[in-house]
Amino acid sequence: MTQEAASKLIEGATGAWEVVIGLEVHAQISSNAKLFSGASTEFGAEPNQNVSLVDAAMPGMLPVINKKCVEQAVRTGLGLKAQINLRSVFDRKNYFYPDLPQGYQISQYKHPIVGEGAVLIDLPGGEMKTVGIERLHMEQDAGKSLHDQHPSMSFVDLNRSGVALMEIVTKPDMRSSEEAQAFVRKLRAILRYLGTCDGNMEQGSMRADVNVSVRKPGEPFGTRCEIKNVNSIRFVGLAIEYEARRQIDLIEDGGTVDQETRLFDIKTGKTRSMRSKEEAHDYRYFPDPDLLPLVFSQEWVDEIAKGLPELPDEKRERFIREYALSPYDASVLVSEKAIASFYEEVAETSDPKAAANWVTGDFFGALNKAGLTIESSPVSAKQLSELINLIQDGTISGRIAKEVFELMFDSGDDPAKIVEEKGLRQVTDTGAIEKAVDEVIAANPDKVEQVKEKPKMIGWFVGQVMKSTSGKANPQTVNELLAEKLGVSSDN
Amino acid sequence: MSVDQNTVRHIARLARIAVTDEEVAPLAKELSSILDWVEQLGEVNTDNVEPMASVENLALPMREDVVTDGNIQDQVTKNAPGADDGFFAVPKVVE
Repeated sequence: MTQEAASKLIEGATGAWEVVIGLEVHAQISSNAKLFSGASTEFGAEPNQNVSLVDAAMPGMLPVINKKCVEQAVRTGLGLKAQINLRSVFDRKNYFYPDLPQGYQISQYKHPIVGEGAVLIDLPGGEMKTVGIERLHMEQDAGKSLHDQHPSMSFVDLNRSGVALMEIVTKPDMRSSEEAQAFVRKLRAILRYLGTCDGNMEQGSMRADVNVSVRKPGEPFGTRCEIKNVNSIRFVGLAIEYEARRQIDLIEDGGTVDQETRLFDIKTGKTRSMRSKEEAHDYRYFPDPDLLPLVFSQEWVDEIAKGLPELPDEKRERFIREYALSPYDASVLVSEKAIASFYEEVAETSDPKAAANWVTGDFFGALNKAGLTIESSPVSAKQLSELINLIQDGTISGRIAKEVFELMFDSGDDPAKIVEEKGLRQVTDTGAIEKAVDEVIAANPDKVEQVKEKPKMIGWFVGQVMKSTSGKANPQTVNELLAEKLGVSSDN
Repeated sequence: MSVDQNTVRHIARLARIAVTDEEVAPLAKELSSILDWVEQLGEVNTDNVEPMASVENLALPMREDVVTDGNIQDQVTKNAPGADDGFFAVPKVVE
């Protein structure tokens, strides 16, 4: 076991335990119409407004598949570097629930549209890990039940009923809550780059079922529990932490883990058993007689592949290669499509390395502090590149630039305008700087003596000169003049 | 193949069909004989034969991604035993 792997173990009373995690992510396919009907998929409509007689399962209605949904599933499969199955089959998964009017969900069981693939995840400290994809299949989403509108009735809205979902199933390859969270984050980024799912977990367009088991390192897999419908990346982490600890404590106290479905309660931070669904697992799958096998050509797949955008991993490689960024900076910048586009716009017209530092540093910091997203940033990519160019051409110092940036963020003004209005232009006039240097030296004879013993003290003089010039003096000129006048090397 | 009484109760429960105690034994017998009858198909050797999805050798026809349906809230809920505010209203189901 590697050191990284060992650090992920959980300590129990009887020694270290390893947690084993697999995920089933449900991602709503971005499309105008539903998977098998012509009703709209739009979120937030009036109840039962986006419902056709097919979605309401009226007798005699027949499903007709939406080509775009198939294309989106293939596109996603290609993005997951997965095998595309040119022939797949739809099955009925039978269960009763008021928000499932058909009494079955049309899904794919034995022959999914996408087979095995892989996702590379980024872990803290620059570590990378591959998580295997077991399969991706298409299925219908269910409707929505509201339980709080009436004292004795539940209200059912079928607007979501029949919207296309991709269920993406991983192999049990993750070994910590961080890895599972990194996977969901990466998968969401890939789906957003591909435009196949908006990845909006708050609206429920992406949600995860989390399979958790524990074992002593090197032993066979333990019995797993499935935590259903976890709807945020943070909750994925919390649910795993709680569930792993629960299973370890249970086994160490002499108990055994029952294979069961559990719910994560966001109020208590605990998982609990969903006993009432005990019988629900008898799904009696069989091929849907209303639907022929889904068959398409390799040529069509190749055509879709041609239209694939640059994905996070490729973009990351290109950023490292083209812009000489560190792997870490590159990973951060490609983590979201919007960030990557913003960065590239900045880097196009300014120094790429400085652009990376500004975007991941002050820029992200300011956005976070203001609670804004990159889309609503008051500073445009063009303005940020102008600011960087003002530093590079010596108009302002790096220190002043931070001040200018804050003013830009507050006002939305161009950096050049702020520099002019506030008189922040860097003093490069050697005469003026020399005067300030001489004044500092004359005022501090004791320090002048000390610097002869401790050359590093030159930093203190630099600070004083910068202070007396309100930070506008060119730091390099200050350094050179001080070194010369104090008789120490400016390398210190 | 024989179906025991517990299996009958289980299937009835999955299908949401109310079955009385008196009905269970005769149903078990009937279902068993139906299954026995179907079992005869097992005599045919189907090794290496692909399951047939349809009589015609057709692939699934597809439609374009265009909204052509919906906005018929009143029709959708018309046959519902209970409807309120555009919702279907059903006896409370809550975990």
